[in-house]
Amino acid sequence: MSTTTPTYHALKVDAQKCIGCTHCMTSCPTEAIRIRNGLAVIEQKRCVDCGRCMRECPAKAIYAEQDDLDKIKSFKYRVVLFPSVMIGQFPEKYTEDQIYAALLKIGFTHVYEVEQPIGFLKDSIREYCRKDKTYKPHISTFCPSVVRLIQIRYPSLVDNVIPRKSPQDLGACFALEQMKKLGAKREEIGLFYVTPCIAKMSSVKSPADGEESIVDGIINMNELYNRVRKNISTAEVPDTSDQRENLTRDGILWSLTRGEAKHFGERSMAIDGIHNVIKFLERLENEEVPDLDFLELRACDQSCAGGNLLSGNRFLTAERLEHRAKRYKSSLKFKDHPIQEMAPVLKSKLISEPLKANPAFILDENREKALEKMSKMQRIICFLPGIDCGACGAPNCQALAEDMACQQAKMSDCVFLQQTWQEENKISTSKALNNMEKKWGKDRFKADCNKRGRRNEGF
Amino acid sequence: MELDFSIEGGDFTQAGQASSRVKKVLKQLGVDAKCIKSIVIALYEAEVNVVAHAYKGQIHIQIDKDKIQTLITDEGPGIPDIAMAMTEGFSTASKKVREMGFGAGMGLPNIKKNTDELKIDSVVGQSTTVSMVNYF
Repeated sequence: MSTTTPTYHALKVDAQKCIGCTHCMTSCPTEAIRIRNGLAVIEQKRCVDCGRCMRECPAKAIYAEQDDLDKIKSFKYRVVLFPSVMIGQFPEKYTEDQIYAALLKIGFTHVYEVEQPIGFLKDSIREYCRKDKTYKPHISTFCPSVVRLIQIRYPSLVDNVIPRKSPQDLGACFALEQMKKLGAKREEIGLFYVTPCIAKMSSVKSPADGEESIVDGIINMNELYNRVRKNISTAEVPDTSDQRENLTRDGILWSLTRGEAKHFGERSMAIDGIHNVIKFLERLENEEVPDLDFLELRACDQSCAGGNLLSGNRFLTAERLEHRAKRYKSSLKFKDHPIQEMAPVLKSKLISEPLKANPAFILDENREKALEKMSKMQRIICFLPGIDCGACGAPNCQALAEDMACQQAKMSDCVFLQQTWQEENKISTSKALNNMEKKWGKDRFKADCNKRGRRNEGF
Repeated sequence: MELDFSIEGGDFTQAGQASSRVKKVLKQLGVDAKCIKSIVIALYEAEVNVVAHAYKGQIHIQIDKDKIQTLITDEGPGIPDIAMAMTEGFSTASKKVREMGFGAGMGLPNIKKNTDELKIDSVVGQSTTVSMVNYF
């Protein structure tokens, strides 16, 4: 059932910046974070790259690794592939042409928007949904965070996930084919994908179906946005609209909430926000929902307009995209368009391997041992106060009990328990303080206006 | 390992608590996903039955390495004809309950379909006891 190759995760904790607070830990939807020695530690197996922790971190200590933009210089053809949602971040005073011009100025030679060939994906998903009647509702593979969440936490739903690639995989194939048509050799092309979120970064580096990624580099959208803002001007620039001739209204709206759901099935649903998605998947797994055909599930509020590597306001971004989409034709109008020549090549590349479950919440591979740990957990929880304060370095009392049962934590990690032990003379005050310092860092409890956590905290 | 829950009759907002908790536990024990699904569906149906028909009920669950045993006892009207109640589509649920999306008469047949062993005992006007066993 489980995959053996380690999954790449883009999220990293900067030990220099981390102030060892509990914001990331308590916001993580899969309880993947613990505080050890005064620093946040992410359990890779449980992380779904949703980036909630990065949003919540008051010290900006959680970050994503990215490729150096200078890497593009080593290629003859430097292709930038960005999702349409990037356009939505810019103030309306900048036209699409001006944004394209700035990208060329930065050093790219060719510009592609991910959603150009979306019509093929739409047709392919529709065909799959029509044929398969066994695994309903069908769940979209659009959001990599949701796909990973299903793999680790809802293994019974892996077969419901539609075996189709995501728009960025398709967009990358499309851009490469187009470049080859122009006479470029593969080794001359540097294909750089601009990611709106952590999850897409991870999924491009290590796709959920285990295949190899085809892009040559990944650029964080924040970073590129800054570069474009530096190079953009409202001066007159050459007309680049022919480069967007394949772009459709459906494509531009695809990454927004209901962008997919409105196209498929009699009864479809769109849910955004990872906590909302989790609540729904729990119900779906219990079959507490009506017969639905299609589910569009996305980790970010307002879908990709709320992506964690975007800098604009998510509502304004969504509004600009909706406004922009009105100027483009529906993909239905592309039936006789020259883009259809690409159909034979792209259609086969759209199919992905069926998703494998990778359950991450098992206490022990051995059932008997797991049961033992579970009973131990039940006994431990009786002693914990149920305050869920996080002062032990685990997100709540239940999680601490689990860590203890798995020998990842001690009873004395609970500050309340330790306090009562002191009262009963079971532990000395100096030993107790020593325990707390081990967890939260030396000198953490001394008065010091310049210590970590003092200056950066706040709302 | 044992788990206990109590159910209040008529409180539909609480139906599903036991099944959600059991689901989490079984996942942590590494039970096969399809097996968990059956157990959760059966338990949820049983919970809804108590909420919809009885005054109050108790759930007692015993989990061993190879099986889960569930005993649901309630104080309620009882089932006069168990064989009839096992027929798909048969329902005695009130109009109010049906309007809430429950009471389609699939409850007991659905439980039967999703359990390996099922035993129902009932004293009309007093109580119903449902005993289910699922092997992992």
